[in-house]
Amino acid sequence: MDDKIATKGLNAYFGDVHAVKGIEIHIPKNAITAVIGPSGCGKSTLIRCMNRMHEVVRGARVTGEVLLDGHNIYGSQVDPVQVRAKVGMVFQKPNPFPTMSIYDNVVAGLRLNGEKDWKKLDSAVQRSLKLAALWDEVKNQLDASGVSISGGQQQRLCIARALAVEPEALLLDEPCSALDPIATAKIEDLLFDLKQRYTIVIVTHNMQQAARIADFTAFMYMGELVEFGVTKKIFENPDKELTEKYITGRFG
Amino acid sequence: MNRFEYRKLKNTLASGLALACVILALIPLVYILAGVVMKGAPALSWEFLTSRTAGTGEPGEGIGNAIVGTLLLVFYASMIGLPVGILTGVYVSEYGNNKFGTTVRFFNDVLANFPSIVVGLLAYALVVAYLNVGFSLIAGSFALAIIMIPIVANTTEEALRMVPNSLREGALALGVPRWRTVLKVMLVNGRAGIVTGALLGVARIAGETAPLLLTSFYSSYWSFSPAEPIASLPLTIFRNYNSPSEVLLQQAWGAALVLIVIVLALNISVRLLMRKNKRRPKAVKNRWMTRLPLKG
Repeated sequence: MDDKIATKGLNAYFGDVHAVKGIEIHIPKNAITAVIGPSGCGKSTLIRCMNRMHEVVRGARVTGEVLLDGHNIYGSQVDPVQVRAKVGMVFQKPNPFPTMSIYDNVVAGLRLNGEKDWKKLDSAVQRSLKLAALWDEVKNQLDASGVSISGGQQQRLCIARALAVEPEALLLDEPCSALDPIATAKIEDLLFDLKQRYTIVIVTHNMQQAARIADFTAFMYMGELVEFGVTKKIFENPDKELTEKYITGRFG
Repeated sequence: MNRFEYRKLKNTLASGLALACVILALIPLVYILAGVVMKGAPALSWEFLTSRTAGTGEPGEGIGNAIVGTLLLVFYASMIGLPVGILTGVYVSEYGNNKFGTTVRFFNDVLANFPSIVVGLLAYALVVAYLNVGFSLIAGSFALAIIMIPIVANTTEEALRMVPNSLREGALALGVPRWRTVLKVMLVNGRAGIVTGALLGVARIAGETAPLLLTSFYSSYWSFSPAEPIASLPLTIFRNYNSPSEVLLQQAWGAALVLIVIVLALNISVRLLMRKNKRRPKAVKNRWMTRLPLKG
């Protein structure tokens, strides 16, 4: 299987804090990879390194390489803006732009990058909202504020917004932690459909969620990658004792 | 007295004390406002508002040129001060996570607390004397702009810091360049705070007196030229209050009332404008409804 994203000796720091320690991971193409681990183990930081969002935090820096289709996104010639357009991200808390309508939220990435052709924007709105399984719920209120819908809908709006710029991979940072089980189930179904087209990396605290939707699972502890493999194996027959302890709830 | 009653007593005492302090703080405000209205209102008349101020030895007529002068001073000062102040605030908030940003922030704070007469001296030395413009509208505006810049910069920075970081990251994660994120997301979401800051700046300079003494000076004639001395409400108040004439004294109170009304009107109009802007745009809906068939 092809690697979509691979890291080589990846280290990430917040000032003096060493958050991600020498990680080598290979994210397979068109599959869902879950990253699990206790709070503060560097899961979010790891995926934020994969679209160069880590460096927007004050005092944050990265060493090592992240290869997207074999090209190092930390190369000196690489524009982080281009990387982020290719590798989309959805955050823990739904963050639609409150001053924009649902329509404008979906095409925010396109419009803010200068796309003015209404035909293109209209079709992007319809396509992205359908992909995000939100079209039927909001098609009659596209002019309503992006924050006027429910939290679960807002999160799917954020997914639609990320899909509208036509990324190749999607990083999700605990996208369901603020949502109820029904909204969570909708997003899980959606991710399951999306993996046909996109490479998906999801950080989650919810181990059932990882077991349900992920093809591959990575377990991180204290900034290091403890184990990575097929989800079934990680959950049923992990190689490392630490992984088993975490999975069975004996710590974390 | 049991413990419950004792606690209630303490609560009553504490809130009573707080209320007393509020009243104490409000007394001077109400006193000043009432005084200005009572002493200033009798001076008001159409002629008062539209005639020019009295020259030395002339009988007083009005404050028309001083009203125009103050509006012009504030306008020119805002033309310089608002862009510079807002951009400084944007820089410090969005790009100032380094030594230079910290330095700018420090000097901004110093400048914000600078004695305004010193700013007047600077404007005098630079514009009036060195550039040889002489006492003029533009020199006064320059001094007022310098007073305005740190106020606007600080409130802009504060307003941008209040915008949730998740919105900044949301835009950046879509592959939107930094400057567009600032322009289209940060400034738009922080606009209420930025407008308030701009307003604070305008209100502050509208009443400044000391820096004008050395820059725009004074004129008892109608003047619109940037290179000429010009009358202003604060200086008219200052001059008239020091004159022995009862009429002029009365006019000083009238001018004070007009100044307060101008600042208040600015305040209210901008606030109304902001409230209007909050309504979401209708255009999207109309365009959508007419252009796209809503098939599932």
